[in-house]
Formats: sequence, structure tokens, C-alpha cells
Amino acid sequence: MSEEIALGTSGFLEDRAPRTGASFARRISKYATLARQNPLGALGLVIIVVFIAMAIFAPLVAPYTPTEFAGRNNETMSSSHIFGTERLGRDIFSRFVYGSRISLSVAVISVLLGGSIGILFGVISGYLGGFIDSIFQRTVDAAIAFPALLLLLIITQALGPSYRTIVFALMLAVIPGVTRVVRGAVLSERNNQYVEAARASGAWAPRILIRHLLPNVVALGIIVMTTLLGGIILAESALSFLGLGIPNATSWGQDVSKARESLPYHIPAVVFPGMAITLTVLGFNLLGDSIRDIFDPRLRGSR
Amino acid sequence: MQTFIVRRLLIGVLILFVLSVTVFLLLRIVPGDPAIQKCGLNCKEDQIKAIRHELGLDKPYFPVAFEGGAPFLTFNTASQYGDWLKGVVTGDLGTSTVNNRPVSESIRKRFPVTLELMLLTLVMTIFVGIPFGVVSAVWKNSPADLLVRFTAIFGLAVPVFWVATLVLILPQEWWGYAPPLGGRYVHLMDNPFENLKQFLPPAAVLALSSAAGVMRLTRSSLLETLRQDYMRTARAKGLRERTVVFSHGLKNSLIPVVTVLGLQMAGLLGGALIVEQIFTLPGLGDYTFRALFQKDFEVVQTMTLYAGVTVVVLNLAVDVSYAWLDPRIRYS
Repeated sequence: MSEEIALGTSGFLEDRAPRTGASFARRISKYATLARQNPLGALGLVIIVVFIAMAIFAPLVAPYTPTEFAGRNNETMSSSHIFGTERLGRDIFSRFVYGSRISLSVAVISVLLGGSIGILFGVISGYLGGFIDSIFQRTVDAAIAFPALLLLLIITQALGPSYRTIVFALMLAVIPGVTRVVRGAVLSERNNQYVEAARASGAWAPRILIRHLLPNVVALGIIVMTTLLGGIILAESALSFLGLGIPNATSWGQDVSKARESLPYHIPAVVFPGMAITLTVLGFNLLGDSIRDIFDPRLRGSR
Repeated sequence: MQTFIVRRLLIGVLILFVLSVTVFLLLRIVPGDPAIQKCGLNCKEDQIKAIRHELGLDKPYFPVAFEGGAPFLTFNTASQYGDWLKGVVTGDLGTSTVNNRPVSESIRKRFPVTLELMLLTLVMTIFVGIPFGVVSAVWKNSPADLLVRFTAIFGLAVPVFWVATLVLILPQEWWGYAPPLGGRYVHLMDNPFENLKQFLPPAAVLALSSAAGVMRLTRSSLLETLRQDYMRTARAKGLRERTVVFSHGLKNSLIPVVTVLGLQMAGLLGGALIVEQIFTLPGLGDYTFRALFQKDFEVVQTMTLYAGVTVVVLNLAVDVSYAWLDPRIRYS
């Protein structure tokens, strides 16, 4: 399967090569066609763009700051508080908006870091093979199979919950999946003639890895990373919900947790933060799925 | 086949060893001293020392230690890791520093809770995931297919803890009905009806995402199989459509589904952690969570090791079941 993906990605790279400024209009129309063929992926992209914009322009979008006591407690939805207020009288919509900052930034940073390390490990493991490869692969097996949430909890408890700890722990969770897929691609790639040619001309291993193999598997790594983003956001919110999130941050997971603990229940305070998580994850999943379908020709017919 | 199983078990033991050492070391850097926590405020220096001795915290970490000078390696007959491992192997798990009860007693009492939750979830996952996956693949692009696919995409995106919270809160707000919480946990044998009233909602919540995953995978895998030549052959020789889809199609599509089911069961142990918290079920997930927060390191180590054992065994079971699903697969 990974061989198929690798084929798809090299096609993707060739597509990009002849791009010039003159073909701008053609490029737009190409994207429009792409979006028409993948309506769900386009929807996902729209959701993600909206949430990213919301995170960046949070002070402009939100009517209040997330921490100010903007009204009485547990107000229902009204024109001044469109989602109502929570137990302390803070505006739920403003917290909805500001919460995107933590979720998105944590997810993107940890997936970028973990994904890069995963690509590196995958390339090394696949190229060297043998003993080192088995060590990497058994570790990956163990890491993929083991309940991630339990390890995340232990790591955050050990290092003390903070922004850095959460990013570090989630980064560790990303590495194995990316390593495995990239390794598969390298295995099929390394017997190609261009690698042989490089080796015959006397290039030493690091040069072959960086100049020849890496560019051919990076795109694949990025695709896998996109499909992982949603899961990472879920993991971050679960940590926050369990009380091991970033302390004193405006986070959706913590908001659900607090709303669950405070009596009497105030439905909007439970529903909206959870809905924010669901929408973001939905957006990333839809986008990731269709990116994978576009670049994986084998799966194309099955939708 | 036998050599394959033995080799896999050996690798499994190696993985578990690495896992247990990693978790052991991770837990040693948790800030805060369990002895001080147990002793409370106003604790004298020598009292702390006594408690540290009682808990075994004054012993070295590992049976083998590396020291700077010759003879380089020192061997300790008593060590924290060694003693813990010996306890796990011999079944003597000691007493929990949290409630002063024997750990093995707590595990024995809590194991059936988690097991029942897992099994119910597995049953729901299979009986919801696979049939809907088949429907979705056979009637591709029909309204039923679109509905199934949409539900699956949604099911994979909702956070477990949010659905669990809603399941708990919404019926209460709307109809004044709350699912019975496990604070007064009823054993299945004592009162099956009450017991299921406690277990079905959390199991359904857990099954939501795993069934969604199985549904999607069954669909794509079956679609792949339906394109094969032997499907056309089966139809051409006049088999009933039902036979074609189920015995030729589905059976050959189940391998990836079984893999994912195996992996999901491992992931569910993590989900159980959350769901047992919310539905206050006194299971192993809840126990691990408490132990982690109350710095009962040995219990966390033991529970992680058990989770690891479960995962290794499940993975092996998955691989062995391949040979049954697809006779072409031979292990050597």
C-alpha cells in the first residue's frame, strides 16, 4: 500500500515543477476542479481556515476577553452573549473563539516536530535495514499498540503539565505512525535506479539519504501528518479534560470538564466547547482523508 | 506456526521489559515525594525517613547499577525495580500506599468491571460496525451509504469525554433521568438488568468511535474485494448474491478489520480511563488514574505492565487469526 502512495506522491511533485506566475489563473481553476471533485475535503478545508482565522484574529472576533466576567453566571443565549455565559459569568462564545488558539497551536507544533522526527527515523530505518531497522520497528510496534492516553498521562504527570510538556508528549505520540509509513516508502524507493546510480558514483549514505531519498518521501510524510492532526487535537482535549492540560489556559477540554463538575448543569457551557473540538477534528479528518485519496491512486476509485 | 508464536512472545517480553523500565524511570521524575505526601504536614525528618524505608524508597533503583570506577557494575540484592518485578511475577503486589489495601485484591475486584465494559464495547463495535460497513459498500453511493459514511466521519471526530458527559447530563435535564452511576455498582450475576443499565451507556459511548472506524474500514476493504476477478467468477457461476457478498467478499475483506479491532481494543483501555471516570465505574482505568494522581508509583507500573501484556497478547491473537481467515498466510 505504501508503494502505491509513494507513486502518487512522486506524481504530485512532478505536477508542481513547471509552476510559474503566468499560470496563476489556470492554477485557481485547477483548485476549483479539485474542490468540486472532493466536496468533503473542501468542506474540511473551509472549516480549518475558519478556525485558523478565528485563532489569529481572536481579539477581533470575540466580543469579550475569555477571562473577563462579562455577565451574570449561567445566562442563556441572548444577543449580548450569543452562546450564553458559563458558571462564572464568562462569555462562552469568547472562550469558544480563544480556545482555538491552544488546540490548533499545540496540534500543529507537535505534529510538525513529531512528523519531522518520524520522517527522519523512517528514512534511517528503511535505508539501513537489518538490526537497526528491527529495533526501530519493534519500538514502533510497541508504541502504536500501547494505549497512548495512558502514556500521555504518565508523561505529563512526570514532567508537570505545561505548554512545553504537552507538545513534547503529543510529539512522541506522532513519531511512530509517521516512521512506519515513511519506512515503507523508503523500502520501495531505495531499490530504484537513481539510488543505485548515486551509490555507484560514490555518494556516502547521509548524502543519499538527504539528497535523494528524503525529497521523495517528505510529501508522503506530510500527508500522514495531516491525517494525524485530528487525533492529536482529540488527545490534547482529553488531557485537558482529565486535568493534565495546560494550566490556566482557555481550552475547550477544560471548559467541558468544568461545566460537567459544576451544578446546576448549564447545557450551553457543555455543548459549545465540545462542539468546537468536534468541528475542528472533523475539519482536519475530512481534509486529511481527501488529501490522502487524491495522492493515493489505488483508493481513488473506491469513493 | 509454533516457532512463530514463540518468537513473537519473546519479542513481546522484550517490549514489555523496555516499557516497564521507561515507565519506572518516568515515574521517578514525578515531582513530589510519596513519603511526604503520606506523612502529611508537620512531619519530622526522621519520620519521613522511616516511611521512606517502609515504602522501600531508600533502596537503589535497579538490581544492576553502573558506577564510575572499577569494577563498574554493582549488583544490589534489594532494589525498587527488582522487588517490584519479583512481586509482579510471583503475584505479590504489595499494599497500595493510597488506601492501604492489597493491590491484588483491588485488581481482582475491579477487573470484571473493565472486562465487562471492554466486551460489551467489542460486541457493539462488531455488530454495528461490520453490518453497516457492508450495507455501505454493497449499496455504494446510495442514501444509506451517504448516511453511514457521514455518521462514521462524525463518530471519529467527537471526543469521548464530551459524548459521555452529554449522555449523562442531557437525559437528566430533559426527562429527569440519569443513567445509574457506578457508585453503587451492581454485579452482573446479582442483577443483570440493573448491571446492564449501568454498563450499556458507557459501552455505547466507547463503541461510537471504534464502530465508526470499523465501519469505514469494512466499507473500503469490501469495495476493494468486490472489484476482484473472483467476485465476477462467483457471480458468473450463478451463486446467490448473498453468498457472493458474504462468503466470497466479506471473508476476504476481514483481515484489515481484524487488525484494527485488535488495535482498537488496546486503545479502548485508554478510553476506559475516561469513561470509568465519568460514569464512576470502579474499574481498572479508574484505579490507574487514581494511583497516578496519588503518586502510587508501583500500582501505575503494575497497571501499565498489565495493559502492555494485554496488548502483546491481543496482537498475537490478531496475527494468528489471519491464518484462519486467509489460509494462504503461513507463518514460519
